Amino acid sequence: MNTVIIQYNAGNIQSVLYALERIGMTAVVTDDPSLIQSADKVIFPGVGEASTAMQYLKERNLDVLISELKQPVLGICLGMQLMCRHSEENNTPCLGIFDEQVQKFTTSIPTLKIPQMGWNTICDFKTDLFTSVPENSFAYFVHGYYATIGAHTIAKTDYILSYSAALQKDNFYGVQFHPEKSALVGEQIIKNFIAL
Amino acid sequence: MLTKRIIPCLDIKDGRTVKGVNFTELRDAGDPIELAALYALQGADELVFLDITATVEKRKTLSELVNKIAHKINIPFTVGGGIKTEEDVSVLLQNGADKISINTAAYIDPTIIKSFAKNFGSQCVVLAIDTKCEADGNWYVYLNGGRQKTDTLTTEWAKKAVDLGAGEILLTSMNHDGTKQGFALDITATLSATLPIPIIASGGGGESAHFYDVFTTGKADAALAASIFHYKELAIPDLKKYLNNKGISIRL
Repeated sequence: MNTVIIQYNAGNIQSVLYALERIGMTAVVTDDPSLIQSADKVIFPGVGEASTAMQYLKERNLDVLISELKQPVLGICLGMQLMCRHSEENNTPCLGIFDEQVQKFTTSIPTLKIPQMGWNTICDFKTDLFTSVPENSFAYFVHGYYATIGAHTIAKTDYILSYSAALQKDNFYGVQFHPEKSALVGEQIIKNFIAL
Repeated sequence: MLTKRIIPCLDIKDGRTVKGVNFTELRDAGDPIELAALYALQGADELVFLDITATVEKRKTLSELVNKIAHKINIPFTVGGGIKTEEDVSVLLQNGADKISINTAAYIDPTIIKSFAKNFGSQCVVLAIDTKCEADGNWYVYLNGGRQKTDTLTTEWAKKAVDLGAGEILLTSMNHDGTKQGFALDITATLSATLPIPIIASGGGGESAHFYDVFTTGKADAALAASIFHYKELAIPDLKKYLNNKGISIRL
């Protein structure tokens, strides 16, 4: 199994690598197009801000490269959001793989903090990404923007409103939560992705 | 539903976990990696590691320790102690830390909150405030591990830090720390009700009921404790079961 983690200016690359190592996998962290294209699995991590991340990808032509990948791709957090059509975060056009929109959480209830930070349940699973994961399992989230629910939604979460906890279209998968930090539930989801 | 977080804190000195009472009288409490792995297994929602003797020459030791922890731990963790520069943050994140905690350095130069938030994201910038209620009834900010009083009100400093981009506030009451008599509910509730970011309450957690109080009356988003977990006075699974039975949203 040849797994690649796309290297770009995202914060959680190391955590994703260590999570793979904990389940006995290895991965190469790279922005080399040929290594990314020839990988069996590609992980597209992300912690940061949408417009800066998109600009970084574009400058290196990684935006086109990612969109044209044929093997299973897993976007995590900002990685998933960048795979959507558009993000309200600094009004950023994104990769357009998923039709869903990325919008900002807004609430007038002061006890609902933004960004959402912590453990929340995920439910309404579709696809093999959630094999052996019980409905309403807990996953770790840190985000101020969310993807709307649409045709590509394969898991949901409630915070302020119901939104996409995970998306899938063809070979492209995205999760809003951090499987690399979501204890045994996260490890199972990473294993499932590797097994796709 | 988003759950309240239980966060064990490991104070690190020379690579070992230590714990004091009211910020002094340090006692050895074991190997940090072993303890961290145990807590993660028991259902801790996050971990905090504070290097309480952080000095320039010891920074390498800390980053090595962070790297070992990151390989072992499948939940988020925060590292604090002596962080002053973007380079300090970068090294810790590259070694697998999820968030960094800053305290005195941020008070001396608040612009680092802004630059850290810009470069690494607010989600990884935890502002730690050590606070003490004085005879005048006001809560003041203390620096340097509680050794130096300032004239700044905790509410004002917290508000400023949020404006600069802090993602969370870790509030430790020096009046309560190590006493096991319960958390500082009033100042915690004040900050939580007025600030848009999560508040982690710290100092004074001695029994399950104290955690219930800090999540309800104290309106905290997370509660941090050290000695009661280290010395096995309260097991995390028992605490979480208790809170769940009392209707608190908690990850079991």
